[in-house]
Amino acid sequence: MIPANFTYHKASSVKEAIALAETHGDEAKYMSGGHSLLPMMKLRFATPEHIIDISKIEGLSYLKEEGDVLKIGALTTQTEMEHDSNIKEHYPIFSDAIKLTADPSVRNVGTIGGNIAHGDAANDQPALMLAMRATVVAEGTDGQKSIPIDEFFHGFYMTALGPSDVLVEIQVPKATKGSGGAYHKVERKVGDYATAGVAVYVTLDNDGVCSQIGIGLTNVSAVPMRLDRGEELLRGKKITDDLIEQVGAMAGEDCEPTSDLRGSEAYKRAIVNTITKRMIRLALERAQH
Amino acid sequence: MKHTISMTINGAPVTAEVDSRLLLVHFIRENLDLTGTHIGCDTSNCGACTILLDGKSIKSCTYLAVRADGAEITTIEGLAAEGTNHPLQQAFHDQHGLHCGFCTPGMIMRSVDLLKNNPNPTEEEIRWGISGNLCRCTGYNNIVKSVQQAAKEMQSESESV
Repeated sequence: MIPANFTYHKASSVKEAIALAETHGDEAKYMSGGHSLLPMMKLRFATPEHIIDISKIEGLSYLKEEGDVLKIGALTTQTEMEHDSNIKEHYPIFSDAIKLTADPSVRNVGTIGGNIAHGDAANDQPALMLAMRATVVAEGTDGQKSIPIDEFFHGFYMTALGPSDVLVEIQVPKATKGSGGAYHKVERKVGDYATAGVAVYVTLDNDGVCSQIGIGLTNVSAVPMRLDRGEELLRGKKITDDLIEQVGAMAGEDCEPTSDLRGSEAYKRAIVNTITKRMIRLALERAQH
Repeated sequence: MKHTISMTINGAPVTAEVDSRLLLVHFIRENLDLTGTHIGCDTSNCGACTILLDGKSIKSCTYLAVRADGAEITTIEGLAAEGTNHPLQQAFHDQHGLHCGFCTPGMIMRSVDLLKNNPNPTEEEIRWGISGNLCRCTGYNNIVKSVQQAAKEMQSESESV
């Protein structure tokens, strides 16, 4: 399968990428790893007339802790994150997700930024970013702006990014004693999109009370979804088995899955219920170590 | 639109004019006649088209040829030094790590990357490591044994150096 004709442009800086996008308008698409976009182009689901390759831009691939955040360069590949020793040791939520994202050869090319910028609720990173209350940094014609993750996903493949905005960085809270996260998704086979997935990130105070919690859901709604009702129930409380049961049930009720090849709506609701409970328990265990 | 690209393939420099939309796997197979790299699913699921780009395994059906400008590429044809089998090739032969052979080039190229990053993988790590490469014949057991043999071989080689 060969994509429809287009013109390829290589950008060597963010500024150059923005200028190219301004020149070619709606007919242009940025490509980073291209492992979401190029398959869509081969199937002719997407037929952009101009591809602006941003993958060769220097300096956008990094993982660094600064102040109280972990900064993730948008072009960091899934593999680079997977092999990073600090991530392995202190951010197990990312290791959970990356192991279940596509396969090693795809992860060698696919980027963390692309996984988010694509705006697909089936991708894994959006749920993690919702759980961790990430901030997305984008650069456009009028400079850089920070977008809270709750304002980022607008619809099916639609995000807060303007046509010429480049996602340059994602910021998540730095791992601290008392915080912990976990992610799991059920997949039909290795490398598949999630039948359903749940990310949980919890912060406990010195008395073991939940001071902040984030719960993000994968592929059970048109837009990556936050489980508001469950978070509200847990925030400010000591998390008990009874509360976890209630939040699991809420997750099953509040998610918006549709029946498809991966399973019926009822099956997906049941999965979300179960994984939510498991991930809260695992996140708590990790927060307590 | 045509682009002039230059890269190294199996150690030899190559310069060519390519269309924006030409996929790397077609460039390798049709322009360079290196047909050891196979096209299986053409949707980045099966891994038959796996090659090394700057030392990392990638699925060449989901990579534009124009993006490989400046890269160093290794295909299955470039793996054996001076006609001797690479330890992975020898291991797939010794352990019967193939039946029809269609997945084998991709399976071997993927395993090169796997063993580079993890020279002594557990069986589970091997199975996760080749999870993006599908084999419809063997049931994978002999493939896993092949990678285990090669890992042992390559480790003792590197120790003796």
